[in-house]
Amino acid sequence: MSTANPQALIMPADWRDFFALTKPGVMRLVIFTAVCGMLAAPGTIHPVLAFTAILCIAVGAGGAAALNQWWEADIDAVMKRTAQRPIPGGRMDRTSARDFGFALSGISVMTMGLAISWLAAGILAFSIFYYSYLYTVWLKPRTPQNIVIGGGAGAFPPLIGWIAVTGHITWMPVLLFLIIFMWTPPHFWALALFVQIDYSKAGIPMMPVVAGERSTRWQILAYAAVLLPLSMTPWFIGGTGWVYGLSAFLLSGMFLWLSVKVGLRTATPGDGMKPEKRLFAYSIFYLFILFAMLVADRFASVYGLQA
Amino acid sequence: MTQPIETRPLTATETEALRARQRERNKVMGLILGFLVILFFAISIVKITAKPEHAPAEGAEQAEHS
Repeated sequence: MSTANPQALIMPADWRDFFALTKPGVMRLVIFTAVCGMLAAPGTIHPVLAFTAILCIAVGAGGAAALNQWWEADIDAVMKRTAQRPIPGGRMDRTSARDFGFALSGISVMTMGLAISWLAAGILAFSIFYYSYLYTVWLKPRTPQNIVIGGGAGAFPPLIGWIAVTGHITWMPVLLFLIIFMWTPPHFWALALFVQIDYSKAGIPMMPVVAGERSTRWQILAYAAVLLPLSMTPWFIGGTGWVYGLSAFLLSGMFLWLSVKVGLRTATPGDGMKPEKRLFAYSIFYLFILFAMLVADRFASVYGLQA
Repeated sequence: MTQPIETRPLTATETEALRARQRERNKVMGLILGFLVILFFAISIVKITAKPEHAPAEGAEQAEHS
């Protein structure tokens, strides 16, 4: 405190910094997968309630992100990628972030319970707890498998979206959860391979830092190999038609191919890490298109375009 | 932390910057609260007018068996 300009401290944080605290970039994928889960679910939901459910999922994710940054402010401060976030950047005090995070989480869960169902609200509450406590506080600093667990947090939105429509848990929403769960490690480790210096400085045991590059590459390949059959399982169990099944096969096949290239090679200094960057970029495209095809499949069935 | 921080009155420009920041925050807060009022009103209307047989659980059940 003594090092900071005392006059700067009385300045309340800009609302834009509160908005930044909710990680709007991550929010896009959260909203997209939640909407897809909702559209792909059998049954109907009133548009106002659908909007409310999506809003609650997004605000809940924002609350979890704020709590995460409240907790990790000192870790964020030493990493180039995160040093300019509102708290380490000195534009907001930690207490504000904490209160903001708890407020968003509480409001979103209560609204979800009152407007949609307490099952959806319960899962939303658990997902916030999962990300901001189990992952951020407990597992992230302890195990190099942290991102595997962290992927669970990102896997909740389509599950909650689906359950907001149907009101109960079936295999399909759980499979959507598992697909994102399996997708996250190769997606994130591809990134970690080309930004690994940052994490070692912050003392976070990211896989490439702890287990070495060789092992990380094998694990990317292993997850991608499991993802191929897993992403097609909704089709195998009859939850979707061939529109989704074929798309999943092609998309996951490409994912596996790019992972093979990353998995079997050894990086040499100055090669620019091109395959890793390509896999990372493709993994984002992959998830968007896979979920879009899930919705397309549902509409194709509803309008009788596929048997 | 416990050392007394040297304080001085705010200058006119600093006061103005502080007030501007506060005004802006209040405006955004007002917009959010107004939006929530409308949203909760809409949710209430939807839930009051909903017919019981259209409960989501049952609709889902039928769709899955068809």
